[in-house]
Amino acid sequence: MSRNKDWIRLEGIGKSFKVATRTAGLKEAAKALFVRKHTVVEALKDISFSIGEGEIVGYIGPNGAGKSTTIKIMSGILVPDGGSCSVMGYTPWKDRTDYVRHIGVVFGQRSQLWWDVPVLDSFELLRDIYKIPDAKYKQNVAMLTDMLDLEKILQMPVRQLSLGQRMRCEIAASLLHSPKLLFLDEPTIGLDAVSKLAVRNFIKTLNKEQGVTVILTTHDMSDIEALASRLLMIGKGALLYDGSLEELRGRFGTGRTVTVDYRGDSGPIDIQGATLMDWTQERAVYSFDTEQIVLADIVSRLSEKVEIVDIAVTSKDLDEMIVELYEEHQI
Amino acid sequence: MRLYFKYLNIHLKSQMQYRASFWLMSVGQFFIPFMVFGGLYLMFDRFGQLQGWSFFEVALCFAVIHLSFSLSECFARGFDAFSSLVGRGDFDRLLVRPRSTALQVLGSKFEFTRIGRLLQSSFVLVWSLANLPAVWTFPKLLTLALMIANGVFIFTGIFILAATFCFWTIQALEVANVFTDGGREMAQYPLNIYEKWVTRFFTFIIPFGCVSYLPLMYLLDKREGSELLPMLFTLGGALFLVPCLLIWRFGVRHYRSTGS
Repeated sequence: MSRNKDWIRLEGIGKSFKVATRTAGLKEAAKALFVRKHTVVEALKDISFSIGEGEIVGYIGPNGAGKSTTIKIMSGILVPDGGSCSVMGYTPWKDRTDYVRHIGVVFGQRSQLWWDVPVLDSFELLRDIYKIPDAKYKQNVAMLTDMLDLEKILQMPVRQLSLGQRMRCEIAASLLHSPKLLFLDEPTIGLDAVSKLAVRNFIKTLNKEQGVTVILTTHDMSDIEALASRLLMIGKGALLYDGSLEELRGRFGTGRTVTVDYRGDSGPIDIQGATLMDWTQERAVYSFDTEQIVLADIVSRLSEKVEIVDIAVTSKDLDEMIVELYEEHQI
Repeated sequence: MRLYFKYLNIHLKSQMQYRASFWLMSVGQFFIPFMVFGGLYLMFDRFGQLQGWSFFEVALCFAVIHLSFSLSECFARGFDAFSSLVGRGDFDRLLVRPRSTALQVLGSKFEFTRIGRLLQSSFVLVWSLANLPAVWTFPKLLTLALMIANGVFIFTGIFILAATFCFWTIQALEVANVFTDGGREMAQYPLNIYEKWVTRFFTFIIPFGCVSYLPLMYLLDKREGSELLPMLFTLGGALFLVPCLLIWRFGVRHYRSTGS
């Protein structure tokens, strides 16, 4: 899929902000009117990565880690203090107006639609802002209407839409000008299950059929699991992880939990290499590491004493892995 | 320019969603300057004239400034209300669109309720013109139109300056109102009634004098001279926009390097 591996390339990007510090109290507030104390916060330190054309990349990190600063630099809003960035051959902050024609940006928390008028009116204004040729505009609206199921809501004013409907319109609005790169900042925040799935399916189809490259920030790990083949993790302004989801699984994923339903009379059974978590009349729960003991051993040891009815094995979910990764880097 | 009208169109549609509030606001906007004008009328009723200026002459000056002010409040409201746009973080959105930021901010808000104020000022304009037959020549009426247009540019320029401040401090600076509301209140009278330094300030720094006082003298035959000169004076308003837009660009650059 990826035709050009360095389609997006960031090298040594750094950015720091001056933040005014103020302590509580009226006296301090009055003082702050005249003298401001500043502390310099390093939002990004030496960030480098490349993204190939046609990838879907999940960009994650705890709040305040520098996610949105990176997105803002890549979308041409902010100018970094140092380092270089090239996207499709453009330097985002230098060739802003030429560059932004080729990108779409969805800020999940903020609307780009005009609140009091029908969605279609917003689309038409965007057509004029982006100078989209008529034929292409019509074709895109028809395609997006079909894919996102907008037929019934295009004539409704935005203020009457539900959050899920609005988000579908927001995404459509950011794709009217056929961008090759799409930034999605928390696109599923606050959505119900149905809308969430609809949005995810759409993003997947868009990527597969149109080859649109997608950079996605989210706190919802199921978004990442459903969409992203690659994960970038940032914490305290530094890039902490860059790799596939499978690799991450491999790294943390040796822990398993096995739940066994049994019939028979027995007290708790200790098995070397596994930890007994819970033992009741009908159910036993062990946690174990696949590098220490294999499942078959646990099962055979148990079946010596009781009759096994059902077995369920679960691996650590992505959320837990991420938390562990955060802990590892002390963020 | 086409895009500006598209923006205008979508805002008009939005405004029409709230008709009752629109009419109430417009009526209110009609009466605010009406009171001020009433004061003006009563003052002349009592004193007859103001340093050689008759009631209708001052009314003309009043009408020009108030027309300019209401037009710029209607059409350049985006800059006037810019602090809330920045506060919501919506300026980022404008930066990811392939158009100039000034145009997009201009299109971000319109205040159609100023039609009330506009109507009131138009009445005053027509009334004073009807009583000042000397103004009824083509070059003079053209000058009058230029005065109003350039007045709009001056107010817009001040709005832009005030908006630029928002890049440094989020609270809209009340200081700017000194120049918009204050400027309006000052310039609605002929500037020669004030102290010298006030006149100078409003001629050379914020060139209200160029759109009201100086060409007005020519309109009312208070000064002889060519017809071209007062027209040129009015262009001071357009000229004022140039540094304002440069400062705006500087502000945008500052925003993009600090992100605040």
